Amino acid sequence: MAVQAVDFAQHGSEDVDSSNGGNPLNVQVEASLLEPFFLLVGGRPKEGFYSVVKIQVGDLSNKKEKIPTILVFTEEDIYGLYSNLLFKYFLAEGVVCGHDLFVASAKEHPDNILKELPAPLLGDTYRNELGEEATAVKPEDFQDSMKIAWRYQNLPKMEASPTTSTKFGHYYDVSKTMSPELFQSIKWHSFYLPEELSSQPKMKTCNMNSAYARLLQSIQRIIYQEGFDGSDPQKKQKNILRIGIQSLGSMLWGDDICSSDTPEDIHSLTKFLYVLRGLLRKSLSACIITVPAHLIQNKAIMERVTNLSDMVVGLESFIGSERETNPLYKDYHGLVHVHQIPRLNSLICDVSDTKDLAFRLKRKLFTIERLHLPPDLSDTVSRASKQDLAESAKLLSSGCGAMAIGKKHLDF
Amino acid sequence: QGKFTLLRDTRTDGSFLVHHFLSFYLRAGCKVCFVALLQSFSHYNIVAQKLGVSLTAAKERGQLVFLEGLKSCLDLLFGEEEEQSGQPSPLQFISESASNLKALFDFVRTSLTPAGSDSWKGPVLLVDDLSVLLSLGATPVAVLDFIHYCRVAVCSQLKGNIVVLVHSNEDSEDEENELVANSLCHHSDLILWVEGLATGFCKDVHGQIKIIKRVSLELTAEQDVVQIYQYKIQDKNVTFFARGLSAAVL
Repeated sequence: MAVQAVDFAQHGSEDVDSSNGGNPLNVQVEASLLEPFFLLVGGRPKEGFYSVVKIQVGDLSNKKEKIPTILVFTEEDIYGLYSNLLFKYFLAEGVVCGHDLFVASAKEHPDNILKELPAPLLGDTYRNELGEEATAVKPEDFQDSMKIAWRYQNLPKMEASPTTSTKFGHYYDVSKTMSPELFQSIKWHSFYLPEELSSQPKMKTCNMNSAYARLLQSIQRIIYQEGFDGSDPQKKQKNILRIGIQSLGSMLWGDDICSSDTPEDIHSLTKFLYVLRGLLRKSLSACIITVPAHLIQNKAIMERVTNLSDMVVGLESFIGSERETNPLYKDYHGLVHVHQIPRLNSLICDVSDTKDLAFRLKRKLFTIERLHLPPDLSDTVSRASKQDLAESAKLLSSGCGAMAIGKKHLDF
Repeated sequence: QGKFTLLRDTRTDGSFLVHHFLSFYLRAGCKVCFVALLQSFSHYNIVAQKLGVSLTAAKERGQLVFLEGLKSCLDLLFGEEEEQSGQPSPLQFISESASNLKALFDFVRTSLTPAGSDSWKGPVLLVDDLSVLLSLGATPVAVLDFIHYCRVAVCSQLKGNIVVLVHSNEDSEDEENELVANSLCHHSDLILWVEGLATGFCKDVHGQIKIIKRVSLELTAEQDVVQIYQYKIQDKNVTFFARGLSAAVL
């Protein structure tokens, strides 16, 4: 499944773009390969041009789209390792593309988060890195024709990972951190809850958790002051604001949905998301949020959160679970569940061919790949192991509420 | 006339039906009040243009009254006190502790009550989608009351139609949402139930739609008429076909 670059023109929302006259501007946008669906779409603002962050799966299309979306990562991986990694990727892509950043966290100071962003692999070094790590077989090796499975001869090779020929975004080396010089050119804002608690929220809190209210106020103030919403014609903003919010809904934000089955206020999180959605829609910004979904007892809340978000992805890591030893998953570190994909400005959403994705963290790279069964090469195939694989295979298509959930396992 | 249509989706997104009804009623010359809670105006506008209708033009000539929920909510929370004139915000229930949707109902009623110079055919209320109201703090009873008041005002008094979208799911844990969806099902004249295929994801068939005409409500001892089709959504339209007869298969 390849990540596709989206080449499209943007002419801003009605609110934002009045002085521009709605001229369509062509901007080349690049999406990072490491997140095949979404997020790390970077844009390079050329002079006088709007660059737009776009989240798209599937085919190249020439649409006039708006950017803003809310993304929710569900930290279904218990230790939060991988979701944190993707959170940092999102921010790192923003730094490399020159976007403004807004980082909010209740547990880690944003300065520390930004110190730990992965270093980008620039220039030709990334091709070498991939060359070391790649296990894909070169097409030249398969010149001899197939004798038994000759029907498959002409089918395209299945791409487990996106091909290196398409250039999207940037690669990152997780073993190194980003050098501070790269931060010089961008502007970043932070919201660290313990520091903000002393100030009074000026807006009406609307029965919302006060930490959320403060965060909303802070985001709204930055959007307004920096001109991302186009309300002030003098401050014409040509850049994008990338917002990252860590561990929303956890106890550190003062919300008890993670600690109690019958929380006091089940509406705070959803109200927050609704207002945030409104802020994003009317400004040039995109947002990633990580949520410890495995801690939220009341599943109704997660369903509502899913409905209010444009894109929802769950990460399930195999650490400590029985799947670690399952032969189906031996090459991977976890699964990616896509619960929702954005359907903005069109009747259809572009859906990729497959819903079964897994991720793996190699020495330096983090990749998301199509999950495929390893070839069954054992001489003695016991019934037990076949059953095991069949059970696991049944779990393969259990994601993605956007299209359909397969409940019945069809066995041909 | 005077019909209540419920759009219900399960495990998939039924918003294409909302786009359809919006452009359908606008083309038919009805006055439409669209309570759009989940997406922005330009999203609907871009899709409507693909379907051949311009929402901006409809708004300008007074045929369409568009409540953009997201924008309204922002104005409510971040707006200055002086900006709010005599008229309360339709989404006022978010900031009040009493969750009653009267302000929203008043907004709907004033938008659809015909002014003297209007020459539109019947009024239509379109809501996308009702489940958001629950997320914002309204109780299920308040939502059902709101719908009831709207039915009285729009369907009975003004002889108009109502189309409402709700999400639902058999194994959903959101009991409040299921309560609202099931209750509305009982009161609807027509239910369009969109579901993802039970056998899993398919590129050529995006789902199936069940059309239920609630003939039983007319008390003529007839049963509801149920028709099931499958569909595939394309860029500018949706094709429906009988089950198993998708173009990819034939």
